[in-house]
Amino acid sequence: MLTKEQIAKRIAQEVEHRQYINLGIGIPTLVANYIPTHLDVVLQSENGLLGIGPFPKESEVDPDLINAGKQTITMLPGSAIFDSAQSFAMIRGGHVHLTILGAMEVSEQGDIANWKVPGKMVKGMGGAMDLVASAKHIIVAMQHCSKDGHSKLLPTCTLPLTGIRCVKKIVTDLAVLEIAPVGGFILKELAPGITVEEIKFKTAGKLIINGEIPEMTFD
Amino acid sequence: MINKTVENAAEAVKDIQDGATLMMGGFGLSGIPENCITALLQKGVCNLTIVSNNAGVDEFGIGLFLQKRMVKKMISSYVGENDEFERQLLSGELEVELLPQGTLAERIRAGGAGIPAFFTPAGVGTEVAVGKEVREFNGKLYLMELALEADFSLVKAWKGDTAGNLIFKGTARNFNPMMATAGKITIAEVEELVPAGSLDPNQIHTPGIYVQRIFQGNNYEKRIEQRTVTR
Repeated sequence: MLTKEQIAKRIAQEVEHRQYINLGIGIPTLVANYIPTHLDVVLQSENGLLGIGPFPKESEVDPDLINAGKQTITMLPGSAIFDSAQSFAMIRGGHVHLTILGAMEVSEQGDIANWKVPGKMVKGMGGAMDLVASAKHIIVAMQHCSKDGHSKLLPTCTLPLTGIRCVKKIVTDLAVLEIAPVGGFILKELAPGITVEEIKFKTAGKLIINGEIPEMTFD
Repeated sequence: MINKTVENAAEAVKDIQDGATLMMGGFGLSGIPENCITALLQKGVCNLTIVSNNAGVDEFGIGLFLQKRMVKKMISSYVGENDEFERQLLSGELEVELLPQGTLAERIRAGGAGIPAFFTPAGVGTEVAVGKEVREFNGKLYLMELALEADFSLVKAWKGDTAGNLIFKGTARNFNPMMATAGKITIAEVEELVPAGSLDPNQIHTPGIYVQRIFQGNNYEKRIEQRTVTR
C-alpha cells in the first residue's frame, strides 16, 4: 500500500517536459516535490500565479503571496501574476495541460465527485469544475477505498458531481488505472505487494484486466 | 483629473444600506478590504448579499459578518475553513450560491464589461447546471451563465492615486480587478495613496474610471491562513 508521498511520487512520473500544470490541494500538492529536475515545467496556481516556487524561509514569508491552498509560497525567475478572470481564461482555454486533483469518488465513465457530501459537508467546488471541464489531461490522486472500507471507484458516483467523463487516469494507494473510452477501469499497474484479486475485491466499478499487470516502479 | 479621495473607511461606506449587494475582493484572507470590513462591522448593516470567492475564517474577514448575522446570501466558490459558515449553511439560516471559481470570476468580469451572459463548460452535468440553458458548440456542451453586478464593490490594492488608478501586489490581486469594474460604486482601499501623476501609467492594473472612492487604509493585519515555510 502506497503512502501519500508514494502516490505523489508515482504521479510525478506522468509529468512531461514543457507542461503547464495545476496541482490541487492535498496529495497533488506533494507531486511538486518529485517532478524530475531535468523537466522544465510551470506550476499554475488558480488564484493568479504561474511559476510557483518552494515554500519561503521564515524571513521571506509574504502574506500577499499564497497558493490556492492559502499556503505561503515564493515565486521563481520568470513567474507571472494575474487576476482570477485571466487565470480561468488560461484554464478554460486549454492552455494548462495537466490537472492533478483529489476525489471522493470516480465512476467507470470518468465522472468525478469531490466537493460536497449532502447534509454533512460543503466546502465548495473552488476551481475544480473549471479545471476538469477544460484540461487536456486529468489525473486523480486518491485512496482506493474510503475510511470505512467502501470502494471509491464506482459504476456511477453517488455524491454530487464535479465533472463528467473527464478523468483519464487514477493513482491510488493500491494501483494505477485508466478510464477506458467505452467505460471501465483498466488496471495498469499494481502497488508493491498488492494482488489483482485485491483490486478486484476493492473496485466496485467495472474492472478491465488485460494480461499480466506489472508492479509500479520507483526510481 | 477627477479626485476620488474620501477621508477614511467610515466615510467610504456610509451610504451602504441594509439589503445591499456587495462584491468583496480577496482569495482566502489575501487581498481582502480589511478597513471596509471593520467600518461595516461598526456601522452595522444587515441582509447583505455578498459576492466573494471565500467567506473568511471564523475570526477574520467576512467570517466576522457571519458572526453578527449581517449576511442574507453568499455567492462564493469555496467556503471551507469556516465552521460558522458551514453551520449556517447546513441549518438553512444562510442562503448560499456556490459557483465554479472561473464562472464566478467571469460572471463578474462580464458584469463590468457589458456582457449580459456567456457560455462555459464548467459545471456541465452537475448540480450547478440545474435550471441553466445548455447549448452545444463544436460538439461540446456549455452552460449559459449570467453577468453579476453589485451596488458596491469593495476592493483592496497595494498602491493607488487620487484619480482612482490601482496597482495590486502579488496574489492579493485575485478577484479585485474584475470586482472593481462590476460595482455601481467601487470603493478602493490602498496601502499607499499618492497624488495623480505619481504612478507609472504603464503599470496601472485597474484604470481609475472604475473607482468612485479611494482612501488610504491603515493597520493592515494581512492574516495568513496557512503559514508554510522551508527550514
